[in-house]
Amino acid sequence: MWFLCMFFHRLLDYRKTEVESLAELFGAFGDRDRDRDDEENKLLLEWRLPLHHHPGLSFPFRILVKGLYEVWGEGGSYEELEESIRSYPDERKLPYLNSGSTFKITVDTFGKVISFQEQNHRIKGLAYIPFKGRVDLRNPEHKFWLMETDDYGVNNGLPPMVQRRIFFGREVGGADRKLLPTYQLKSRTYLGPTAMDAEMAFLMANQALARPGKLVYDPFVGTGSILIAAAHFGAMTMGADIDIRVVRDGRGPDCNVWSNFKQYGLPMPVALLRADNNLPPWRPGLKEIFDAIICDPPYGVRAGGRKSGGRKLLKGTVDPYTVPDDKRTDHIPSTGSYCLAECVHDLLDLAAKMLIMGGRLVFFYPVLREDYVENHFPGHPCFKLIATSEQILSSRYSRVLLTMVKISPYTEEIAEAAQIRHIEFRENHLKWLEDGNLHSAVFTPTDPQLIAAGDSKLSKDPKPKYRGKYV
Amino acid sequence: MRLLTHNMLSSNIKGVSNGFPLRIEVEKVIEKHVDFNADFLRNMFPKIEWKAFVDAAKTIGYAELPEEADSSMLDSDEFLNKFHHALLELHLEEGGLVCPETGRRFPVSKGIPNMLLHEDEV
Repeated sequence: MWFLCMFFHRLLDYRKTEVESLAELFGAFGDRDRDRDDEENKLLLEWRLPLHHHPGLSFPFRILVKGLYEVWGEGGSYEELEESIRSYPDERKLPYLNSGSTFKITVDTFGKVISFQEQNHRIKGLAYIPFKGRVDLRNPEHKFWLMETDDYGVNNGLPPMVQRRIFFGREVGGADRKLLPTYQLKSRTYLGPTAMDAEMAFLMANQALARPGKLVYDPFVGTGSILIAAAHFGAMTMGADIDIRVVRDGRGPDCNVWSNFKQYGLPMPVALLRADNNLPPWRPGLKEIFDAIICDPPYGVRAGGRKSGGRKLLKGTVDPYTVPDDKRTDHIPSTGSYCLAECVHDLLDLAAKMLIMGGRLVFFYPVLREDYVENHFPGHPCFKLIATSEQILSSRYSRVLLTMVKISPYTEEIAEAAQIRHIEFRENHLKWLEDGNLHSAVFTPTDPQLIAAGDSKLSKDPKPKYRGKYV
Repeated sequence: MRLLTHNMLSSNIKGVSNGFPLRIEVEKVIEKHVDFNADFLRNMFPKIEWKAFVDAAKTIGYAELPEEADSSMLDSDEFLNKFHHALLELHLEEGGLVCPETGRRFPVSKGIPNMLLHEDEV
């Protein structure tokens, strides 16, 4: 059976990947309708899915799916719609129209606004459907939707719409966006400068297939904003951070990572520890223990990464030294900057080793929009990239949510190659820091002389920007 | 810090070849209730170094675990309950983890193990 899946018009890149993950999680369906799965429809909000069983029950958490509908009819005009509804089999329709039931019809439009009178008029136009039940607007048993998309023809910052299309269908599942006000960052006690937005954190946890009985790890846990979403979906969580003040102290006894979990009545993380992603403290034989790794690595734009080893030591301005024995106990080890390339390398190596087969690695990767090339992302022989979703952050850079699945085991050769690379990063610390400097690319003011000279890169934008709407 | 974490950690000081298991120095142990999830326990069981786990449990005052365990025991509720309690409900709140080879002490404070290395250990 086919269902129409309507999305909220936001985070466009993330919508399909969300449904795909949910499908994977609940084993709901097979092939999608490829005909409609085109570039144009990325901007529309419909996507047809064949569902093997009742989807309303199997989709307990959705963020971007507005609803799933059993389509009774569709057409380019109301005449076509009527014909299509009339030819839809009675045995699918009549059980929902009987006299004992209550129902409600909602008119929904995309790309235009229609008045209340017009809406009523359209509902009355559906009189050819033999509704026998009673209308109940508050708490109906059956919800029907009349949905209209239209070519609004005016330039409102959105790309041109597809042609007029009308659908009539029965709702089989609605979105659970009530989650979002509950978890919104502004009401959370303990926040850091780069705490992950609640909606995005839920999408990440969905991508990671977080669910009860699974162990999810975040090596850059910070205030725990990503793990909170994973914990909401029932997973066991574990987090590490190099900054001990964040994981241990927070801002006091009632304002720390633990209290964030307590605030929502979620189970506490099974572990929080202070560790360095560059030199993880896991015991040598330990592997394939995490079901998913989700994180937002520090990419040096709003927050930079740190790793062990003094910054002067790494730069080579001081020679290696020994911490005197009497000072060891309270010694605070200094850290140095950790460039993105090295950070991502370490993350992939850690994930390749520590994820179970089929486990997922979900993380954000920043790209400069000027030289953004589709599918040019870090890779690893153990992983297959299955989804990329871009979120534009400014005219200069965006971040892309990468979802990878572990498809082959971590071998000796891979471990050796990773070790060689690890040493290479260490020995060329300064070079890597300069190469991977995203901060300057994002924040350096544009040179007015270049604009005056008509520099092609700056004057013509290679990619259309729908910032604001295209969020 | 739960014993699950202890079972995963080792001393990764440069040159140390056998940093596992870390010896536990106990100052304060607390118990916290955790919801029982048998699937999670079954997933974790094969990853656990059992001997280190039993020893660690004894160190923090829980001696109910069998010395040897194999996966057939996962069918027993009694075993699962003990395993659950030792793995997830006992916390080393204050204390330390000591590297078996060098004697370096990694402090555990407010339940958070501090595994960061000094400049001369990396």
